[in-house]
Amino acid sequence: MTAIQNKARNPIAHLTAEDIEIIGKELDAIRDRVIADRGERDARYIRKVIKTQRTLELSSRAVLLFSLFPPAWILGTAGLAVAKILDNMEIGHNVLHGQWDWMRDPKIHSTTWDWDHVSPAEQWKHSHNELHHRYTNVLGKDNDLGYGIMRVDEDQPWSKGHLGQPFYNLLNACFFEYGIAAYDLELGKNLKDGGHRSPEFRARARAVGRKIRRQVLKDYIAYPLLSGPSFLTTLAANFTANLIRNLWSHSVIMCGHFPSGVETFEKTSIEGETKGEWYLRQMLGSANISGSRLLHIMAGNLSHQIEHHLFPDLPSNRYGEIAPEVRALFDRYGLRYTTGSLPKQVASAWWKVIRLSFPNRRRKSLEPVAPAPLVSARA
Amino acid sequence: MTTTARPKVSFRRRLLRLAETVTTPLLPADYLDLVAPLRAGAALRGRIVEVRPETPDAATVVIQPGRGWRGHLPGQYVRLGVDVDGVRQWRAYSLTSVPGGGDRLITITVKAIPDGKVSNHLVRRVRPGTIVQLDQAQGDFVLPAATPERVLFLTAGSGITPVMAMLRAGLPARADVVLVHSAPRRDDAIFGAELRALAATGALRLIERHTDTGGLLGVPELDELVPDHAERQTWACGPVGLLDAVERHWADRGVADRLHTERFRPTVISPGEGGAVTFTGAGVTVEADGATPILDAGENAGVLMPSGCRMGICFGCVVPLRQGAVRDLRNGDLTTAVPGDGVLIQTCVSAAAGTCDIEL
Repeated sequence: MTAIQNKARNPIAHLTAEDIEIIGKELDAIRDRVIADRGERDARYIRKVIKTQRTLELSSRAVLLFSLFPPAWILGTAGLAVAKILDNMEIGHNVLHGQWDWMRDPKIHSTTWDWDHVSPAEQWKHSHNELHHRYTNVLGKDNDLGYGIMRVDEDQPWSKGHLGQPFYNLLNACFFEYGIAAYDLELGKNLKDGGHRSPEFRARARAVGRKIRRQVLKDYIAYPLLSGPSFLTTLAANFTANLIRNLWSHSVIMCGHFPSGVETFEKTSIEGETKGEWYLRQMLGSANISGSRLLHIMAGNLSHQIEHHLFPDLPSNRYGEIAPEVRALFDRYGLRYTTGSLPKQVASAWWKVIRLSFPNRRRKSLEPVAPAPLVSARA
Repeated sequence: MTTTARPKVSFRRRLLRLAETVTTPLLPADYLDLVAPLRAGAALRGRIVEVRPETPDAATVVIQPGRGWRGHLPGQYVRLGVDVDGVRQWRAYSLTSVPGGGDRLITITVKAIPDGKVSNHLVRRVRPGTIVQLDQAQGDFVLPAATPERVLFLTAGSGITPVMAMLRAGLPARADVVLVHSAPRRDDAIFGAELRALAATGALRLIERHTDTGGLLGVPELDELVPDHAERQTWACGPVGLLDAVERHWADRGVADRLHTERFRPTVISPGEGGAVTFTGAGVTVEADGATPILDAGENAGVLMPSGCRMGICFGCVVPLRQGAVRDLRNGDLTTAVPGDGVLIQTCVSAAAGTCDIEL
């Protein structure tokens, strides 16, 4: 992809400023309708998912106390991996977005929730909810584009270091929760510009350290000890469950903004951006994954990435319900609703990571491409 | 005893800490709540056992409180957190049961008021088995340790509920009791049959006023109805209008110390456009109009406000609205709160819709 402004064929050139504002109004109407209807059914849904997750986690860990027996190891590891995925994706990510704050249940609230993850909820909320969701796919503003370590857009300058990015990406996938913690800390930037010496950074780093210590103590010391003779096998099981959770969430999240068809934006495009333009950026900057209801739940409904980016605070169980309506809106305005199966989208995202580890091929035409305005009618 | 008890406690604490090690980031309680929400040591909750209709628009809700329930005195109320349409709402209701009943059940009696979210839910929709949140009983609308010889109760509508607990606890056997109770019609009188039966045995003198036919009770009428009312210890509970009139009357007679009143929801919130916003922690009050986000109003006044995306998506600016009303600037939705409701708002998309207290 190339920043939308630098494309020879701008995919939104056919829209007038008025069109964009009408799209915004239509999306507002969808949101208002869901909010007016939000109620007991939704509350029952999230409580059921939480109850299922807790039951599954507890029983899997109980089975793993006997992990010396291979069937117990397999069953317990699989169950624990699923429980960790549910905790992070359908529950943690969405509760921390404030999707369930409206229930006024202090136990299921963005201000009190914590998750089975090494990045403290507070720091993740800042880098994810505030920065990524606001500046989605804006080059130089949204650090989710390549997580600050990779080149995932032709408009990001290439350097030799990028040759290794398929390898970093694999490493990041395996230890994704640590990658996220480092990302939330802006570790790379802070180490480079000396920010790591500030008391504020140190306090945040200590919070991450505490969280890592607690997570490691639980998975790699306490449960193995409780398993007695199954110490080593339980340790291996917990490591495997964490690995599966990391690979899964990395894959799902990579599919949100990296596959082909997703647009990126120049920094200038958000100056004086209207609500309609913000919506449009979310529409073009996200990609969905198609699949079964189970896939959507395991993906934390981030498989409805487009709907999630349009309405980050609507309950996740609603994304699938409004998807047909949102898609119809794309069709009506001649916009591309990027979606595909999980294998297809994962392959597409990986292909981009590999392709962009090399420098750009020369443009076919040598005429200089002036940054085009976002919308023709606004020129 | 204490010397043997001490190591036990620390062992329990060590065990708890060990349990926290394996449940982190959750607490052991989060798992125990799945199977034993009413256990000792849990956040106080109750399970609705039965809903008994009393009148066409009132019902008694029988609740089995959690093990942490410390009991109540007749006349006290309990704050109840009920999920209505998925949203937790807190309300206070007088307890109508006799303390220390053998079955450990408590009851509240609720009258459905027009547009009352919670009262209608409790009277008409809630099902046995539902878990509700509870606070410990509170309130000083209670009888003194030394029972007065002569007592007057002045009640209207659901104002009878705290008084009923006192009557059921055996007060009529210990004192000379007069009850003046107002209800729209005979059939609307909550506990009508029970009160009439008590009166028939001579346990108390009951004066019923049916306001649909007889009109509202004028406080001066008491001179005729209960000539010695000023000498009686009096407990009054009912609508604000009645209580205001009663307080004036007792004050005029110079016997205000013999009057005890109970008011629920003293703060009446009438939403408008804009209002005075007080940041209680900072001790700052600003006038904000109905179009200015509370976040901006606070920042302009120099309050350290948490903030984030400033467009309603990141939930980085969420703070408690202690009391007052705010309007969502995106769709005009109104949110109101009274102390104890536990309402949190996004300040970047909320404007004052009346006087507001923000806990910051």
